[in-house]
This record gives sequence, C-alpha cells and structure tokens, in this order.
Amino acid sequence: MSIRIESAKCVGCGRCTDVCPGNLLFLQQRKAVIRDSRDCWGCTACVKECPQDAICFTLEATLGGAGGRLYAQDSAATLTWVLRLADGAEQRITVNKQQANAY
Amino acid sequence: MKTIEKSADILIVGGGAAGCFAAITLAKAHPDLSVLLLEKAGLKRSGCLAAGVNALNAYITPGHVSQDYVNYAARDAAGIVREDLLLQMSEGLNAVTQDMEKLGLVILKDKAGNYVSRGWRNLKINGENIKPLLAKAVRQGKNVEVLEHVNVVDLLQDAAGHAAGAWGIALREEAAVYARAKAVICATGGAAGLYRPNHPGEARHTMWYPPFNTGAGYALGLRAGAEMTSFEMRFIALRCKDTIAPTGTLAQGVGAAQVNARGEKYQAKYGNTTSERLYAVVSENLAGRGPCYLETQGISEEAETSLEKAYLNMAPAQTMKWRETGLGPRTANVEVEGTEPYVVGGHTASGYWVDKERQTTVPGLFAAGDVAGGCPQKYVTGAFVEGKIAAEGAAKYVRQAAHIADAAQAVPVQTPAALAASVAELLTPPGAPPLFTVDALEEAMQQVMDEYAGGIATAYRYTERQLALADKHIARITRLAAQLRAQDTYGLLKIFELRERLLVCRVLIAHLLARKETRWHSFAENLDHPHQDAAFAKYVNSRLHDGRVEIILRDLVNRSNQVKEAAQ
Ligand SMILES: Cc1cc2nc3c(=O)[nH]c(=O)nc-3n(C[C@H](O)[C@H](O)[C@H](O)COP(=O)(O)OP(=O)(O)OC[C@H]3O[C@@H](n4cnc5c(N)ncnc54)[C@H](O)[C@@H]3O)c2cc1C
Ligand code: SF4
Ligand code: SF4
Repeated sequence: MSIRIESAKCVGCGRCTDVCPGNLLFLQQRKAVIRDSRDCWGCTACVKECPQDAICFTLEATLGGAGGRLYAQDSAATLTWVLRLADGAEQRITVNKQQANAY
Repeated sequence: MKTIEKSADILIVGGGAAGCFAAITLAKAHPDLSVLLLEKAGLKRSGCLAAGVNALNAYITPGHVSQDYVNYAARDAAGIVREDLLLQMSEGLNAVTQDMEKLGLVILKDKAGNYVSRGWRNLKINGENIKPLLAKAVRQGKNVEVLEHVNVVDLLQDAAGHAAGAWGIALREEAAVYARAKAVICATGGAAGLYRPNHPGEARHTMWYPPFNTGAGYALGLRAGAEMTSFEMRFIALRCKDTIAPTGTLAQGVGAAQVNARGEKYQAKYGNTTSERLYAVVSENLAGRGPCYLETQGISEEAETSLEKAYLNMAPAQTMKWRETGLGPRTANVEVEGTEPYVVGGHTASGYWVDKERQTTVPGLFAAGDVAGGCPQKYVTGAFVEGKIAAEGAAKYVRQAAHIADAAQAVPVQTPAALAASVAELLTPPGAPPLFTVDALEEAMQQVMDEYAGGIATAYRYTERQLALADKHIARITRLAAQLRAQDTYGLLKIFELRERLLVCRVLIAHLLARKETRWHSFAENLDHPHQDAAFAKYVNSRLHDGRVEIILRDLVNRSNQVKEAAQ
C-alpha cells in the first residue's frame, strides 16, 4: 500500500476507480475504497486523478517512510505536487507539462 | 453469469504501448477493418506507462545508423538476439517518435529545433502523460471499439488451430466476454510477481514492473501451443533502494558513477552491459563492500531541482523520499539495489517466437511489445514499432488467409456455453472451506522461486538441484491452485493471474535448466556451469506439448543465416 484514501473528502465521483491499472479501487456507499492495500503499485494515477485531494501517496514504513503525505493538483498546463510533511510543513513543486526533463 | 459476445476482424489484447499503437495504426491505415481492443484496466493509465516514463530509451540519433542499435543490443545480450527483428525494429524507431510527438508528447529540442539526446540513443521528454495521450488517440479511431476492465484469459482457436478470438471476464459487469476475430494481436506485456519482491508485506507491490502484468499473454500462447524463446534471459532491474525508482536518470542523466561503501568506483572490474552493472552491485555486496550507491553528491542545485521534477514525472516516490529525509541527491549519494527477476521481452529477449510480421507459431496470433521475444532493448518506442508491424501483419493476414473466407471453417472450437460453464464452476462454492487462499499460494510460489530459482535470497544464483526442487514445488502449488474458487469476477481475476504466473514459472524453470552455462551474470547465473559455453550460442525455445514443456534449441539468426532461419 502506498496510498491513503481520506474518506471525509471523497465525493464518490469514481474517477480514481477508472484509472487504477490494477482495478484496485471501487466505490462502496459512494466512497472510494481499496480492495487490498498491499496490492497498490504506487503509480499515483489515482492521486493525480482525484479532484478533491482525497487520495495521497505515502512511503510505507518498510520503504523508509517518515509520515509525509503527497497530493497532486492537476491542471491543463501544470501538475502541482503538494507534500505535507509529518510535522505539518507544506512544500509544493510545480511541474510545467510543456517542459521536458532536463535529464 | 451472463456472456457478452463480440466479433471483429482484428482483436487486440492489451491496450498498453504496443496495443495502443497497433490500434492507432489500424485506424489510420485500415479503416475498413473492424478492431476490438480488450484492456484489463482503464486505457488512460494501464500497464508500464501508468506513472509516466522518463525518456525515450530507443532512438537513432544523427551520426548513428540502425545497425549500431542492433550491435549494441546484441552485445548486451551476449549474442542471444534475433538480429533480423532488431534491425527491423531499429529502422522504425524514429518514425514512431515523430508520430508520438504529433500526438502531443513533449520532446526536448534545442534552439535549432533538433531533439536533444541523452547519450546516443535516448531522447529527453516529459513522459508523465504519455499514456493519456495514447488512450486519447485510440479513442479517436472510428473503426476501433475499446472494452475496458476486461481481463482476457485464453485464446479461441478453430479446428485447424488458427487464432479465432479470445475470451475473458468483464470485471465490472460480472460477465464473461467471448470475442471472435479473424486475427489476434497479443500485447499484454511481460510477467511480474513470479519471485518474492524486495519488500514483502505492506509494500509487496512496490516493484519496478507493473504487478498487474502477470504473464497472461505468455500463458495464453503456451496453452495454445505457441513457441516461446529465451525465458531464461530474466530481467532484473538495478533501481534506487526502496522506492524502486529508475536509475538511468542519475547514471546517464547526470553521469553519476557507481561507488561502494568505501567510495571506490568498481564498475570497470565487471564490464558495462545491463547484467554486468547489476552483477557489480551484487558482487560488491557479497564481498562486504556494500551498500552501493550512485555518486550524486556535489551536483549543482539546479541539477537537483531538475532531478526532483524528472522523478515526479515517472516515480514520485523518489522525490518524496529526498524531501522527507531532507537528503537530496546533492547532499547524499543514492543507494541502489537489484529488484526481483521478471520475464519481460522489452528489456531482454524473452517472449513469443515470432516472424518478421510478429506472427507467432500459432497462425493468426501476432505478438508485440514486452510479450514478444527475440528483440531486447525495445523499450517504449520499440513497443510502438512492434505494435505497428503486428497491426500491418494482422491486416494482411485477415485479407489473405484462405481459411478466413470460409466462414464455416473459422469457427472457434470453444463455444460460449462451454466457457460459461467452466467459469460457473470456478464460482461454485466449494463443498468444504478451502485450505488455502490465492494469496497464500502466490506467496508460496514466490518463495519457491526466490529460494530455488535464483531470486534475491540467493543473489540470483541457482544450481540444477535447486531448479529441480523449484519445479517440483511449482507443480505442487499448481495442483493446489486447481481447488481455488471465487465469489466474484475480481476473485476470478486473482485465480487466473495465479494460474498464468505458475505456468510462466514452470516454463521459466525449464529454460533455466536447459541453458547449461552462465552467459549473463545474475540474469541467469548457473552455479553448476559458471562460464559461457560456445555450445550454447543458441536460442532456448519451448512449447507445451501434451501438457509437457518441450525444449527446442535453435540456431542463431544473425546476418549470415538470417534468410534461412527467419522463415521458421
Ligand atoms: C516503471 C517503468 C518505467 C519505464 N520507463 C521507460 C522509459 O523511461 N523509457 C522507455 O523507453 N521505456 C520505459 N519502460 C519500458 C516501456 O514502458 C515498456 O517496454 C512498454 O510499455 C511495453 O509495452 P507493452 O505494450 O508491451 O506493455 P504495457 O505498456 O505494459 O501494456 C500491456 C497492457 O496489457 C494489459 N493487460 C495485461 N494483461 C491483460 C489481460 N489478461 N487482458 C487484457 N489486457 C491485459 C495491461 O493492463 C496493459 O495495459 C518502462 C517500463 C516500466 C515498467
Ligand atoms: S497508486 Fe496506482 S496502483 Fe495504487 S491505488 Fe492508485 S492507481 Fe491503483
Ligand atoms: S477520485 Fe477522489 S473524490 Fe472521486 S471517488 Fe476517487 S477518491 Fe473519491
């Protein structure tokens, strides 16, 4: 598992369930749920797709995770990643979609 | 359970890089043919490309020719490649790159408008949205029907053995899908999840290759009698520790060298092929000089910022790790590790034995991308090229094959009713509660492969005795798997995935046993035969015959004997 669903924010639009490459997400009583948390690949497709910031990516404890939550805000021109660290500090990185990787 | 019946001229199984490109080709060049694409997940983010890719790894840059790429790939695989397929693939790389750019992929260009390369065969891109772009293009094809969330299980064949369609399960409809077609293109990718992963438990699916590419295409081909090649050329990726994020961006991108815990650069001792770079890390660790790192310390601030963004475009976990620890690549070297082994024909040469039209040994069944063999280092652009070639091959076949004109002949032997009954049986609650779950058997399989067939536990090495044990245990687990029953279509999916993995494991073990040499360190490290042996300058091929794995050794197809062998 490397995502967490924050159910209170989920509006049940179902977009995340359409894009998961493993068919892991589905709606139950109008909320997104994951079938088996261990089966998540961590591709972040659902994180980017969710319009409500209701899904975040996290590094598991066995992967050296330190308790941060990573959200993504998608727009036509940019993809902004919002990292909320365990101490509450927030960092943002905006990637311009028209800009290629330098490396 | 109801059955959805479909028919089309050409059926594409799997809508990843190769499958999408096949569909796009058929929409453009053959609008009169009807095309059906069955995809296991949603087209927008399925398969290898879900998170995005970081570069186009295969491109012929100015000053180089296609043959250079063939030579590079042949050297990397110590000669066990199909040079005919490689050359044809290389010749198509640049055209598909332009096609992909037209579909909206951002490729880095200099002021004069020329592509900027990374090394002599990579292009720099923003690959985050490569899959959504492909999906959009496929949906524009007027002759292409796409059914998503359909997991294909097996091929349909007519009485003479020609491919006549495929069947699967519609995960959302709780239905079986029975799709007839005159030709089938298999593009289901490679196989992950055969071996115990780096991090069993909560993060068991934090792996390089998609855990949802379970070898379905290999399994359906094997069951239909198709010949496979080079499964024993396993692929093991060298990746950033824990996150399993790619290392190429650091190694080729910022030129970071491998160093051990003492700060020594050791690579030159081991050689520089893909398997040797991995073997170097394995050996340094075994010698007590680990951990090993990519030496990024001291890169510029600007480089660090660019790397953070590059990783967000393909493997966000790595950027997150840098930020969470406060130790970015400028401050700390990046530790590396090897993954568990995969069978994947886009990186090594494992997969269907195909001809130059990518037709398999089952007439009417074509293969492209990671599922197709003989043509390693094809990566995403090579998968596009193969999708295109297979599409053309299938179109030609549909127009020409004599048996197709005779509607009475081209009928699948398997009837919808018989399939529905076989699925219904799997959904029938067992008399007594089953002893084992799919998960338990999957774990057992992965443990066997790890310990006895050269997994992480043995530093990828194995002996023939161990392989014999692996074979015995895989047979045992296969027998246990026959008792599994499901409650819904997702449960069925899990059973089918386990079954195809078990079959791939079985054939892989037979291949490892058959290559009595060590031609590639780590990828196939045979402790009973630790050196390369000229007698094995051959392809190890296999097929299922009367339920047994039959091994066939074939002579190499290289420049001198290309014409003779390629026709087989
Ligand atoms: C993490 C990662 C990063 C990579 N980065 C790069 C890179 O930077 N540059 C590069 O050039 N190459 C890269 N590659 C390689 C490249 O992505 C692959 O070689 C290419 O995608 C292979 O195409 P494919 O169509 O064979 O497989 P895929 O693209 O994986 O497509 C297979 C499709 O088949 C579907 N499928 C599977 N089973 C079934 C079934 N039973 N029924 C129906 N559908 C099914 C899957 O859902 C998937 O959509 C990367 C690969 C990975 C895994
Ligand atoms: S991160 Fe990817 S694999 Fe995991 S639930 Fe989201 S879409 Fe599915
Ligand atoms: S995309 Fe977000 S809001 Fe929509 S169902 Fe999924 S989690 Fe809920």
